[in-house]
Amino acid sequence: MDEEYDVIVLGTGLTECVLSGLLSKEGKKVLHMDRNDYYGGDSASLNLTQLYRKFRPGQEPPSELGRDRDYAVDLIPKFIIASGELTQILVHTDVTRYLEFKQIAGSFVYREGKISKVPSTEMEAVRSPLMGLFEKRRAKKFFEFLQSWKDEDPTTHQGINLDRDTMKTVYEKFGLEAGTQDFIGHAMALYLDDDYITKPARATYERIVLYTSSMARYGKSPYIYPLYGLGELPQSFARLSAIYGGTYMLDKPIDEIVTDGEGKFIGVRSGAETVKARQVIGDPSYFGAGKATEGKVRVVDEGKVVRAICVLKHPIPETEDADSCQIIIPQNQVGRRNDIYIAMVSSTHNVCSKGIYIAIVSTIVETDKPELEIAPGLKLLGPIHDKRVVILTNYMPSLTRPSL
Amino acid sequence: MSKQFQFKLVLLGLAIFLYCLSILNVYPGESAVGKSSLVLRFVKDQFDDYRESTIGAAFLTQTVTLEDQTTVKFEIWDTAGQERYKSLAPMYYRNANCAVVVYDITQSASLEKARNWIRELQRQADPSIVIALCGNKSDLSARRQVSQEEAKKYADEEGLMWGETSAKTGEGVSDIFTAIAKKLPLTAPPTARASAARGTTGARSGVDLNKQPADQNQNEPCNC
Ligand SMILES: Cc1cc2nc3c(=O)[nH]c(=O)nc-3n(C[C@H](O)[C@H](O)[C@H](O)COP(=O)(O)OP(=O)(O)OC[C@H]3O[C@@H](n4cnc5c(N)ncnc54)[C@H](O)[C@@H]3O)c2cc1C
Ligand SMILES: Nc1nc2c(ncn2[C@@H]2O[C@H](COP(=O)(O)OP(=O)(O)OP(=O)(O)O)[C@@H](O)[C@H]2O)c(=O)[nH]1
Ligand SMILES: [Mg+2]
Repeated sequence: MDEEYDVIVLGTGLTECVLSGLLSKEGKKVLHMDRNDYYGGDSASLNLTQLYRKFRPGQEPPSELGRDRDYAVDLIPKFIIASGELTQILVHTDVTRYLEFKQIAGSFVYREGKISKVPSTEMEAVRSPLMGLFEKRRAKKFFEFLQSWKDEDPTTHQGINLDRDTMKTVYEKFGLEAGTQDFIGHAMALYLDDDYITKPARATYERIVLYTSSMARYGKSPYIYPLYGLGELPQSFARLSAIYGGTYMLDKPIDEIVTDGEGKFIGVRSGAETVKARQVIGDPSYFGAGKATEGKVRVVDEGKVVRAICVLKHPIPETEDADSCQIIIPQNQVGRRNDIYIAMVSSTHNVCSKGIYIAIVSTIVETDKPELEIAPGLKLLGPIHDKRVVILTNYMPSLTRPSL
Repeated sequence: MSKQFQFKLVLLGLAIFLYCLSILNVYPGESAVGKSSLVLRFVKDQFDDYRESTIGAAFLTQTVTLEDQTTVKFEIWDTAGQERYKSLAPMYYRNANCAVVVYDITQSASLEKARNWIRELQRQADPSIVIALCGNKSDLSARRQVSQEEAKKYADEEGLMWGETSAKTGEGVSDIFTAIAKKLPLTAPPTARASAARGTTGARSGVDLNKQPADQNQNEPCNC
């Protein structure tokens, strides 16, 4: 047991890999372990063999789907907002040199039974069926107000105080209809529920600005996506970590987080061996998540998410045959508390064979029949060739302590 | 007219302690096969007996000029020791145009491990990838455990290029990289994505994250 590390990182999800990369770069001696034999943890992208092994053990992938190596199916969808924080982290840490990104072709929103493109240009906005003519004028005034807002110049404030007035007040000032509010709050500010309406408008203002500046950045949609799937993101940070001396061990069962009499962390046990470190970081699954607890409770349940990973043989109907898209179904439109999201990618992003489209429909679980909750999303996809439904619990640490 | 081509090359190989180790005993890399040394010799024509494992080097580039004045630029992805515990990220062989799988001629176990990497590449990498099997440390032939015949025979069976090198003396190093350069399909512009990402090859199909955000005033955002 002569080898001792500064930090042991458990799990190779995106967050864990970003931390591992940054810590190694800082000069910390990092040991990074994962029980799986692939990178990415819950946010991995799997090839066909891995996908079948995970969801249908014992079954071989059918040959009609094409070559194993052409697949990188995300387990968790995430489109990267072009001007957002993750983009900044990617650029700042220079991992962009290992990655290539493409745009997501379109962003759509569901309204009154139909889906429409979130306009990406003024021309599209003028023609958009999302609003009637008068509503368009009101919306234009609203967006002009947001765009010209300068904190230091009260003449741009039109009597609004972003830190005091609620979003409701702002919507009312511009006389925006409920459907328009759904569109702005959910398809642009990307709120998953309506709690934001009664809160100060500043946060919503910032999210709309982020959305519009991301949209302006590359044109078609505000989102970008890495070639070969989201699993490339953790891998790129793992490489950053390894280049700065981080040691990687996949396929390593983690049997115990070892602590001393006072509950202070000592090390991590795998089989008969314990490797020591001063600190440990990991995803919840390494700290007892989902297991019957004996002893210390380290993570608490924060609700569930349901996702259906769907294989399609056609683009999603009514999306102008987009090779990739996001569709947001605002909760009000389908009588829910939380939005339903659809994220679709295809061979343009090197995640599947030509002619195949991978769509993930997801939402936060509100009932005891989660699969039924995503039905409105599944209905938009057309014929579904194959489907895997996953229900995952989100966990939070049971206590927050200052770390590092 | 001279043409320039750019390729991504990955080095795989074995740190021979791969087998016998538990998670605890991370030995320094002295029994490693010499991938980083090989790169250092090829790129900088240097050798260092006491060098640490690859730290801080993302990837290096080196250019080979062929007789017809075609230049081939290699972008070399060293494995940064991730393969030590069989934990190499698939990202390495995505879009790799060629791979050099290195073994140590003084360690027969290292050839065994090289075979595993070659199988993995044949399964997961692009089918057009050029694979070279490279027996390093040829200066230590007194301690040789892997005969040239054995390695050559295996390489022929698998359709691989093969050569022996010494990163220490430099023997065979430029030969193997030149041979790879000749074997690469110098027809279509290659798609080494890392080079594309850093903008060294002009045209790229994706988006450039390093690009400054569009000027807000000229480029009006969505005005719905
Ligand atoms: C049910 C659900 C489905 C979503 N589907 C999509 C989608 O298809 N495409 C898309 O671009 N964005 C989706 N999002 C939003 C997206 O994950 C991010 O929340 C958003 O892009 C903002 O990113 P962030 O980095 O600020 O937040 P993050 O820090 O990434 O996430 C914020 C919170 O949301 C949770 N979360 C993150 N991603 C998901 C996910 N996919 N599913 C469930 N929970 C998640 C995290 O655990 C965290 O608690 C979804 C969110 C939820 C809750
Ligand atoms: N005699 C001799 N020693 C060599 C040769 N090439 C490398 N070495 C030595 O072998 C050891 C390992 O070399 P590295 O280049 O670090 O090997 P590596 O494959 O990159 O190892 P990792 O990065 O740890 O996987 C070093 O001590 C080198 O000096 C060679 O051609 N001849
Ligand atoms: Mg090395």
